Amino acid sequence: MSSDLTRFTAAELAAKIQAGDGEVHAFLHVAAEKAREVARGVDADVAAGREPASPLAGVPLALKDVVTTEGIPTTAGSRMLEHWVPPYDATVTARLYQAGIPILGKTNMDEFAMGSSTENSAYGPTHNPWALDRIPGGSGGGSAAALAAFQAPLAIGTDTGGSIRQPGSVTGTVGVKPTYGGVSRYGLVAFSSSLDQAGPCARTVLDAALLHEVIAGHDRMDSTSIDAPVPPVVEAARQGLSGDLSGVRVGIVREFSGEGYETGVTASFEAAVKQLTVLGAEVVEVSCPHFGYALPAYYLIAPSECSSNLARFDAMRYGLRVQLPGAGAEEVMSATREAGFGAEVKRRIMIGTYALSSGYYDAYYGQAQKVRTLIKRDFDAAFAGVDVLVSPTTPTTAFKIGERVGNPMSMYLADLCTVPASLAGVPAMSVPSGLSADDGLPVGLQIMAPALQDHRMYRVAAAYESARDAADGGPLINRIPELEAVKA
Amino acid sequence: MTSVADLMAYDEVLDRFDPVLGLEVHTELNTQTKMFCGCTTTFGAEQNTQTCPICLGLPGALPVVNAVGIESAIRIGLALNCEIAQWCRFARKNYFYPDMPKNFQTSQYDEPIAFNGWLDVLLDDGSVFRVEIERAHMEEDTGKSLHVGGSAGRIHGAEYSLLDYNRAGVPLIEIVTKPITGTGERAPEVARAYVSALRDLLRALNVSDVRMDQGSLRCDANVSLMTKDATEFGTRTETKNVNSLRSVERAVRFEMCRQGAILATGGSILQETRHYEEVSQSTRSGRIKETAEDYRYFPEPDLVPIAPSREWVEQLRATLPELPWERNNRLKADWNLSDEEFRDLVNAGALELIVATVDAGAPADEARSWWVAYLTQQANTRGVELAELPITPARLARVIVLIAEGKLTTTLARQVVDGVLAGEGEPDEIIAARGLAVVSDDSALLAAVDEALAEQPDIAEKIRSGKVAAAGAIVGAVMKKTKGQADAKRVRELILERCAEQ
Repeated sequence: MSSDLTRFTAAELAAKIQAGDGEVHAFLHVAAEKAREVARGVDADVAAGREPASPLAGVPLALKDVVTTEGIPTTAGSRMLEHWVPPYDATVTARLYQAGIPILGKTNMDEFAMGSSTENSAYGPTHNPWALDRIPGGSGGGSAAALAAFQAPLAIGTDTGGSIRQPGSVTGTVGVKPTYGGVSRYGLVAFSSSLDQAGPCARTVLDAALLHEVIAGHDRMDSTSIDAPVPPVVEAARQGLSGDLSGVRVGIVREFSGEGYETGVTASFEAAVKQLTVLGAEVVEVSCPHFGYALPAYYLIAPSECSSNLARFDAMRYGLRVQLPGAGAEEVMSATREAGFGAEVKRRIMIGTYALSSGYYDAYYGQAQKVRTLIKRDFDAAFAGVDVLVSPTTPTTAFKIGERVGNPMSMYLADLCTVPASLAGVPAMSVPSGLSADDGLPVGLQIMAPALQDHRMYRVAAAYESARDAADGGPLINRIPELEAVKA
Repeated sequence: MTSVADLMAYDEVLDRFDPVLGLEVHTELNTQTKMFCGCTTTFGAEQNTQTCPICLGLPGALPVVNAVGIESAIRIGLALNCEIAQWCRFARKNYFYPDMPKNFQTSQYDEPIAFNGWLDVLLDDGSVFRVEIERAHMEEDTGKSLHVGGSAGRIHGAEYSLLDYNRAGVPLIEIVTKPITGTGERAPEVARAYVSALRDLLRALNVSDVRMDQGSLRCDANVSLMTKDATEFGTRTETKNVNSLRSVERAVRFEMCRQGAILATGGSILQETRHYEEVSQSTRSGRIKETAEDYRYFPEPDLVPIAPSREWVEQLRATLPELPWERNNRLKADWNLSDEEFRDLVNAGALELIVATVDAGAPADEARSWWVAYLTQQANTRGVELAELPITPARLARVIVLIAEGKLTTTLARQVVDGVLAGEGEPDEIIAARGLAVVSDDSALLAAVDEALAEQPDIAEKIRSGKVAAAGAIVGAVMKKTKGQADAKRVRELILERCAEQ
């Protein structure tokens, strides 16, 4: 990192975002006031010689706009919540404040986290800082782009089927989906309750680990939160930085290859595997025969849950209300939902409503849940022989804005490699894996571990990252072409 | 609106059909806090003051189960002789309605916490009818809508609606019977007796306020008729808004007569929700839905499964109080009453009043005698239920204690009770105000005795000659002179002493 990047204030960053987010459009709201207030608290601690609230105290962060923030708008990228200001903080938000982390603002996202490109945001797309005509991934494109554009050193995303990992992959940043239940969902505007998981986004594995430990841990406000010690991810990342992976068994999933994978992505993956071997890891091929059914199962379960979760947006208590003089409640609900939801959200609500209908439940939702069980068993079987699994994070590099908007199926394929871990609830992360020989855009390596073994993937990711940085002469992010322009 | 002409005579209904009932009772638990959040549950609080992000269904909010709610559900299940699930889940029941914050109700679907039980119900003639219980499951209540303008407070035609979410998320237990058959003419009575028995049971368990008037106990009555030779149940209707025990009985009877008339003319029963109307004592059709409601139930992913350990279930079983029928048997034995005497006292609505009077310090037989005799008479005269009389068991107990202490005679006691009923305050205040104390001053009594003996010398002579029984007439005369304020026993003693002296 260049030395000028090591000294900045939260206030400066906030001002910079306010002045120059136009090109990237990573942010939906800038919360400069509140960020300064938190930063001043950290300054006061330092001045008084008090122990900082956490190792990340004073390090500013960009928060995905799906996480509630008291007094700061939270739109989830939807027209439906355009002017909604939550009366409460999500547990994640509260833990960030407790750690002395100033929240610079709220980042753009696909509406209600449904999408792989951030083009489904009701507030316009976010642009990939590597190439402004490209998507930054989704749904958490804003958080990933903010990191790549050096607008924030840390970000929070949420991952339902890949919404942290795929944006990380296409922006050359680190994105982690912790074990389901590892981070409280209280205050995450729900998309799919059994899949949603908040996680850290950063430019380095160690930063992500430090942030992971700030937000993770049991929360009694979330019944699905796991009451177990937080996996020692910081320690594992530090251990990994030594570059030694001897004794670590790495599995390559046979099913994650072949048609649909770009040559550059496949080449990058093969090079990564070779690198892991060089670092001392033992690499074996494993088969997960049901992973091929993961995408269809995911696109039944997630829409089913979302059809129920999004029913609450009915104009009665908060959010958008379409005024229809003389109309009854039902008509107002209907008109508001028609006007407030975008096309992709409506598509998923309809799919989910259909999949849960009597007469179709068994064939769709019920069947998808069975597939989910089979996928968990595939993971169990694989992890009986290996410590972690690796794959490309996503089959392609960042595609062009507008390229897949008209074809939902091709958009859904971006989640091909990320949904199995989501369905099984196991942790998975994406770590930068160089640039594709095809188009010079970032590629990500996905690392998956058994539930509550998040530290295993951090160790592998940190070792891989340090080896690449050494070979490439510095972090991948420093090679971002627009970097100078964005920094200006 | 169904007119009288559209109803079949009740006897004719029974001649031609067999009624089949299914009763769904919702009871609000009396937990301190709601089912899935920490909001309080006080009835009647100012609108929308008992709410939070969770029970308002704000984006991002998540439910956490109230452990006391589960405990109550299990205790209810055990008291209803149900099996308790080893493992069960909540499910979402999806439908849109403005008073439902999330537009789904967190409920249970195919995995209820308790199932397969029964409740023995005591009928008016003293016989016992066993009602089989299908299931008891947990769910949350909705908010309340107040539709302003339009007719009869219905949403259709209303000018606007006000929403109060204080009730949203209050824990409910829904108790569903299996089809109740074989009741014959007693169908309405069985329905009423079942709800009544259930109410007593829930009260004894102290899990609910069981106030039908406040909605903490609500009954939906499913009624169908089948011809005598039929092998399958007929089409049923579900009547809601049945807010008192009497209404349960009337609603069932009305539906039987209404359906009988339709079936007799070759018509068919529409499977629908109907609403009971208190004023006309009839049911009316609810809004006809164009399409059947599909609730799209699926397991609630925001909550984890409930797996009550057998140890816990047995611990809860050990906390079950004496159940109403067990207590009844005990009281019947303690009070040395026949089945018939006990039933009369139950039917008169005197049981709880007597128990409370005994608890307040009165002997059981005295308490019973006051409630079933003098006070029942008073209630009948006033045309009110016994429990509605303006006298508390504690005040009656005080009167009874004063009699036992010799400070009141029975005659005086009735005057004191009359005073209480007239709202004159505590028995002791009334005694003081009305000057009703027993004359215990012997010299005053002796004067009256002497006077009476002098007035009836022939009787006085009889007593002196040993015909002690004749003293009664003198006692009566003395009581009259003292306006009943004398202790008859003492008067008799004084008479005998006087006559022995002379």
